Amino acid sequence: MQPRTSIAWVTAALAASALSLAAHSAWAADPLKVGLVLPMSGPFASYGKQIEHGARLYLQQSGGTIAGRPVELIVKDDTGVAPEISKRAAQELVVKDKVDVLGGFGLTPSAFAAAPIATEAKKPMIVMNAAASAITTKSNYVLRVSHTLPQLTAPIADWAVKNGIRKVYTLVADFGPGHDAEAQFKKTFTAGGGEIVGEVRTPVKNPDFAPFLQKIKDIKPDAVFLFVPPGEQTVAFMKGFVERDLAKAGIRIVATGDLTEEDILDAVGDNALGLITSLQYSEVHNSPENAAYTRAYYAAYPKDRPNYMSVSGFDGMQLIARTLEKTGGDVTADKFMAAARGMSWTSPRGSIAIDPDTRDITQTIYIRKVERVDGKLQNVEFDAVANVRDPGKP
Amino acid sequence: MSLATFDLTPLRRADRWHPAELAFWLLPVAAYLVFPDNLVLLTQIAITALFCLSLDLILGYAGIVSLGHAAFFGFGAYAAGLLAANGIGDPLAGLAVAALASAALGFVTSFLVLRGSDLTRLMVTLGIAMMLYEVANKLTDLTGGVDGLQGIEMTPLLGRFTFDLYGKTAYWYAVAVLFLLFWAARKLVHSPFGLSLKGIRLNVARMPAIGAPVNARLSAIYTIGAAYAGIAGALLAQTTQFVALDVLSFNRSAELMLILVLGGSGSLYGAVIGAIVFMSAHHVLSDMNPEYWQFWLGALLVVVVLFARDGVMGGLRRLSHAAGGLRKGAR
Amino acid sequence: MTVLFDGVASGMLLFLISVGLSVTLGLMNFVNLAHGAFAMVGGYLCVLLLNRVGVPFLAALPLAAGLTALVGVVLERTLYRRLYTATHLDQVLFSIGLVFMSIAAAQFLFGAQQQPLTLPDFLRGQISLPGLDMGAYRLFLILLSLVIAFGLQRLVGGTRFGAELRASVDNPRAARGVGINVERVFTLTFALGTALAGLGGALGVEMLGLDPGFPVKYIVYFLIVVAVGGSGNITGSLVASLILGVLDVAGKYYVPQIGAFVIYAVMVVMLIFRPQGLFGRRAAR
Repeated sequence: MQPRTSIAWVTAALAASALSLAAHSAWAADPLKVGLVLPMSGPFASYGKQIEHGARLYLQQSGGTIAGRPVELIVKDDTGVAPEISKRAAQELVVKDKVDVLGGFGLTPSAFAAAPIATEAKKPMIVMNAAASAITTKSNYVLRVSHTLPQLTAPIADWAVKNGIRKVYTLVADFGPGHDAEAQFKKTFTAGGGEIVGEVRTPVKNPDFAPFLQKIKDIKPDAVFLFVPPGEQTVAFMKGFVERDLAKAGIRIVATGDLTEEDILDAVGDNALGLITSLQYSEVHNSPENAAYTRAYYAAYPKDRPNYMSVSGFDGMQLIARTLEKTGGDVTADKFMAAARGMSWTSPRGSIAIDPDTRDITQTIYIRKVERVDGKLQNVEFDAVANVRDPGKP
Repeated sequence: MSLATFDLTPLRRADRWHPAELAFWLLPVAAYLVFPDNLVLLTQIAITALFCLSLDLILGYAGIVSLGHAAFFGFGAYAAGLLAANGIGDPLAGLAVAALASAALGFVTSFLVLRGSDLTRLMVTLGIAMMLYEVANKLTDLTGGVDGLQGIEMTPLLGRFTFDLYGKTAYWYAVAVLFLLFWAARKLVHSPFGLSLKGIRLNVARMPAIGAPVNARLSAIYTIGAAYAGIAGALLAQTTQFVALDVLSFNRSAELMLILVLGGSGSLYGAVIGAIVFMSAHHVLSDMNPEYWQFWLGALLVVVVLFARDGVMGGLRRLSHAAGGLRKGAR
Repeated sequence: MTVLFDGVASGMLLFLISVGLSVTLGLMNFVNLAHGAFAMVGGYLCVLLLNRVGVPFLAALPLAAGLTALVGVVLERTLYRRLYTATHLDQVLFSIGLVFMSIAAAQFLFGAQQQPLTLPDFLRGQISLPGLDMGAYRLFLILLSLVIAFGLQRLVGGTRFGAELRASVDNPRAARGVGINVERVFTLTFALGTALAGLGGALGVEMLGLDPGFPVKYIVYFLIVVAVGGSGNITGSLVASLILGVLDVAGKYYVPQIGAFVIYAVMVVMLIFRPQGLFGRRAAR
């Protein structure tokens, strides 16, 4: 009995090693699967569109491969603010499609819902737009390549204080990022000596700002601070603002740059001229990287304009590529995260880095003004605060 | 009481399980084996089926139209979710609490709903659901508002089965609850109580004449329907370990109505089949075409209405009639 | 005062869009939840006419309404007609199907983003009186709505067509018997309903915005108007729209913390006390 068993063992071991060799070589050619959970339909469909554009643009430039492996990008629609669908999509990407990396997440509730999946499945999760500060604290496998609301808010609040704005009324959408923006604005603005004369939280789904605008007009602050998710609400707000002549009543707008982002800027129209906002990216950001990016973007998607969300999609893929370069193609979550922490590179928006402690993004925030450039409305950068960490974290 | 003196054979016969039904309940087992990677979707189909069943009880059997049934679904989801988020993570306790909470809500609101015509009922139910939605939206500290209720930790089911990433426990849990409640509902609609509901739907004016207290009966079934919906909501909260504000949304109520009508209201299997057809179509279409799937889903609904009135069940019934007719013709 | 004015204006807009639904639901007894889709068609047509073709705004409005009606007639002839005798639930399923299709089609044709619309100068800005700021566009809306409400009331209540319509709805067989072409009356009425939807949609772009989600976003509001006003009743729709508009705006102005809660609470309370709606006759059927 004894010898035969050992022979069996040896054979088995040989077979196993042969198999694992075969598996290894197969692994090298196996596609790298990246699953994106994005709003592709519904009111926030343009988020998904832009992020997917950016991600595909990167793949197009890298020849469709990352770390020598062909990349398969799987996009799942979560229809916008429907966390349960986002969670199901993420879970299916992991369980059924066996993706190596999760990405996307247009809105905060989606990211919150999916974070436990990243923890449980041990997959890196790259947030490409959802902007509540707390998202990266929900799982150790979450990274962010977009921005956080406090990160955008602090510089513009600071700018407001320095430019003679004393009394501000805040209007934010009633969800995570809105609360973050409100809190951060209050903090920075009052620390600089400003005063908050009123505040309101508007429903996330409500395009009628008329009553809120009238209230603001009656209170007459120096400025209104605004954050609502970009899209219909920004357009509606600006229309109301102009219709009610708030500007003539001496009220200015202080806002994060999603108010004037390129995808909706044309819909806002000339009403946007002169608006001053803060954001990490502008189509007319002056750098060779951005020139190349916008050229490639228009070549690939002539009907759309590149915006910050598309850049997040682009940088998300770039982060994966750079990280895998460092790990030698190893996508196990712990190695991936270790390599990604502290990673820095030059994006179309400028130089950016992943904070090694918080896994959140550190980047330059620009103060911009809407002007007409070559017949197009553009956000022209005139001031910048370099290396802004997310102030929403300790 | 005096019912016993009637000949109840036809009722008993209707109450007996048809072999096709037994075959139907093998489907969950088959689905588990065939689609082991889609358990999350399958679980949500089972939950939607249960939710749809609850609407079927009040709409299909008692004829109370509702565009606000999500009120009870959401109430149950938040009840179970809050319980689990505050340290009581036992799934079955959660179900019980959710059922009681939603039933209480259903009982109280039933008095508002019983007044008025169909359109009024539609709008009153809708109004109640939307008010709850706004309340949940504003109670950010309690519910998390639009961001959703997080931090739900479930303890293992029956102390043994943990909720795993692949969703196996969740699936069997949801299917078992669905089956038990389906069985109960089946008993209910074949009972004298269930028959009196049918009578009320078909001819309200005559029911008091044969001694059926119309409002009390309607109120009772509305409460039961609410409890069912609450349990469905609790299942969703427990299996996804997250409660999103949209459990209370108008879309959910309206979609539910669609599913029921698609499947065929007034038949318990219609509710379940509607959920299976609608959710699968939604899933397959949105996977094939993440941006424009709604078009094909809409086309499906239009086609069903044009060619299969009374939903899938209506279509099936007509098919079987036609087949029966053929067979008779052959004889 | 300004709050009241704004409330009236948004009520009027609500009226303009929902009155078409009141016509199809109340007069034709068809549950057409795709009403918002027709309003969206009107909106997109108006934007196209303005921005691509360069038609002036005031001319674009009737054109948008007319073209929407044309779409409505085509659909009525091909699809809706088959469902007049179907149950309400089947009608709901069918029209929601159309809504889904329209949403995806709009996203395919125009993209997911908001559509820009620039008003002519004389409709922009505000007219300021002491204590009252009136938006020029809102004033325009109010006047136009009153004209339309009056015209409709005349049409349904005081013309031969109105009489034929009411006869056709109440008893199609008898109506046919006295020589009324019921099919034609229904087609025309449906055209009227969709034209109103198209007009409302075109006018609504400025205040409500326009994107593919339009048909579902406001459907709740339309239904509320019809239910509270009493279906098929034009005065009722007008009054209900005004009440809802004013209360909605006032609620958001004075108690933004509870916001949209007000409008639903009002509706439920009203319906509990007046289940047939404010001016409703007992529902047909």
